[in-house]
Amino acid sequence: MTALAVIAAFLLLAVGLGLRARRGKDMDLEQWSVGGRGFGSVFVFLLLAGEIYTTFTLLGASGWAYGKGGPAFYVLAYASLAYAISYWLLPVVWRFAKEHRLLSQSDFFARKFDSPALGALVALVGVVAMVPYLVLQLTGLGIIVSTASYGHISPHTAVVIGTVALTGYVTISGIHGAAWTAVVKDVLILGVVVFLGIYLPLHYSGGIGRMFHAIDAARPGFLTLPHQGLSPWWFVSTVLLSALGFYMWPHTFSATFSARDPSVFRRNAVVLPLYQLILLFVFFAGFAAVIAVPGLKGADGDLSLLKVTVKSFDPWFVGVVGGAGLLTALVPGSLLLMTSATCLARNVLLPLRPGTDERTAGRLAKLLVPLLAALALVFTFNGGSTIVNLLLMGYALVTQLFPALLFALAARRSVTKQGAAAGIVAGVTTVAATTLAHTTVGGLLPFLPQAVKDVNIGVIALLVNTVVLLAVSAVTRPSAVAAAVPAAGDAG
Amino acid sequence: MHSARRTRSTGARGALLPLLSAVPFAGILGGVFFANRVTPYVLGMPFLLFWMVLWLVLGSVVTGVVYRLDPSNREPAEAEEAGP
Repeated sequence: MTALAVIAAFLLLAVGLGLRARRGKDMDLEQWSVGGRGFGSVFVFLLLAGEIYTTFTLLGASGWAYGKGGPAFYVLAYASLAYAISYWLLPVVWRFAKEHRLLSQSDFFARKFDSPALGALVALVGVVAMVPYLVLQLTGLGIIVSTASYGHISPHTAVVIGTVALTGYVTISGIHGAAWTAVVKDVLILGVVVFLGIYLPLHYSGGIGRMFHAIDAARPGFLTLPHQGLSPWWFVSTVLLSALGFYMWPHTFSATFSARDPSVFRRNAVVLPLYQLILLFVFFAGFAAVIAVPGLKGADGDLSLLKVTVKSFDPWFVGVVGGAGLLTALVPGSLLLMTSATCLARNVLLPLRPGTDERTAGRLAKLLVPLLAALALVFTFNGGSTIVNLLLMGYALVTQLFPALLFALAARRSVTKQGAAAGIVAGVTTVAATTLAHTTVGGLLPFLPQAVKDVNIGVIALLVNTVVLLAVSAVTRPSAVAAAVPAAGDAG
Repeated sequence: MHSARRTRSTGARGALLPLLSAVPFAGILGGVFFANRVTPYVLGMPFLLFWMVLWLVLGSVVTGVVYRLDPSNREPAEAEEAGP
């Protein structure tokens, strides 16, 4: 019970910080969701980092290193490229958002294309993509609480407890709580992960180099990409998909609105890749688990980091690791929930009932939080996917917003709102159909060369998306483009 | 990308900087085909892992260079919005 008590203490600390951050602020929707747009470099850094170092980092990355080996390295690669893109993309997005006082990603598309209906579509796609991401956080919370209870609490009960904690936390604090908890979380996660990543290989193999040699000797090929399946072609397509989708997440997209000025993003683009080095230690810990706690199959690979912790340390330290894990789920989880709720309320439901004011939307958003949490809970119970696979599914969906955004910023006049909508629908349908049918490119078109078969389905969907976008735009483009001119001028 | 092209006095540099930003893409997306091997171990890491770590660091360095060269970081933030 020591471990659970320590974790509970971390939860109380997070809630306390949330309450403190809230005090003295009039929480209208702009305050609750984008912090009044007054955050500087450090705060935005923490918010964005807060969304990056999630349960996925801690349990998912170590779980994949444990279960798949080499393919897990894709996690290191994509964020680096995403930051290079962010240097050019985010200042442009931010300036337009500030000029038009936008609160969400959906607002952005609605304003760019002058179409609330397109905004609603974008909001829906975003919320749908966030469901697997949220499920991932809940799965992580369940694993943490259940493992730290040494089997006293079943994973199901643990997930319910985690969901209740998350819902309460979001309702109380909004974005301010998330930013402050992110500070505590990042300090804690940094310490825990670096320690585990160095100590575990030393303890079980006598060093990092020796550990890798031992793994390579026992399982030749495990530390590289295989020739088929998760091959270099899979790697390239998945890294590209994830890098393009990185800032397409509604919560990440709108978190950028909270910056004070655009140079915040350019500075962060330099520093954040180095912050990503933490992942290296997560991998070390995951590979150490290969040696220390072998035999976890499939989705159980996500348990590897905690299993090896339980095997190696006293309960109080298991509590510290679990507490760090709890925060990695709580911060991003709260942002996901808050953003989904705000998106649904303001951009999907509000346009259906004209004349409703922002305050009603704010109340509605807060009501939607527990409903969305309950929905995610249902999916979590029916799950069984690894954490990484959940995230990849979300990425394949959310990246479908990228072509429309790119054209809206770079060549607004060449796309119409019908084209953008048709492209998004075509891309999302491609992803959803293949996911629901549990198939891959290879399964659909077995005659293709192996390299094409291994390509991440999200990239194929992205191509379908772009082709449909351009084709439909060409058909629906009005002969007079006068209406589009002011919107295009806004981009600079 | 828009802003880089439109900011005054960028000239050839305006096109060069996004190209420089693209270097890590070549290193990671192109490099993986050559780096997909265990040996040589570098700093105790199998070569593929080392390669990705190397590009993570180089990615930061490249963006740092772009930041230094990018004229939009020398003018006050407000001047950018004025346009040509």
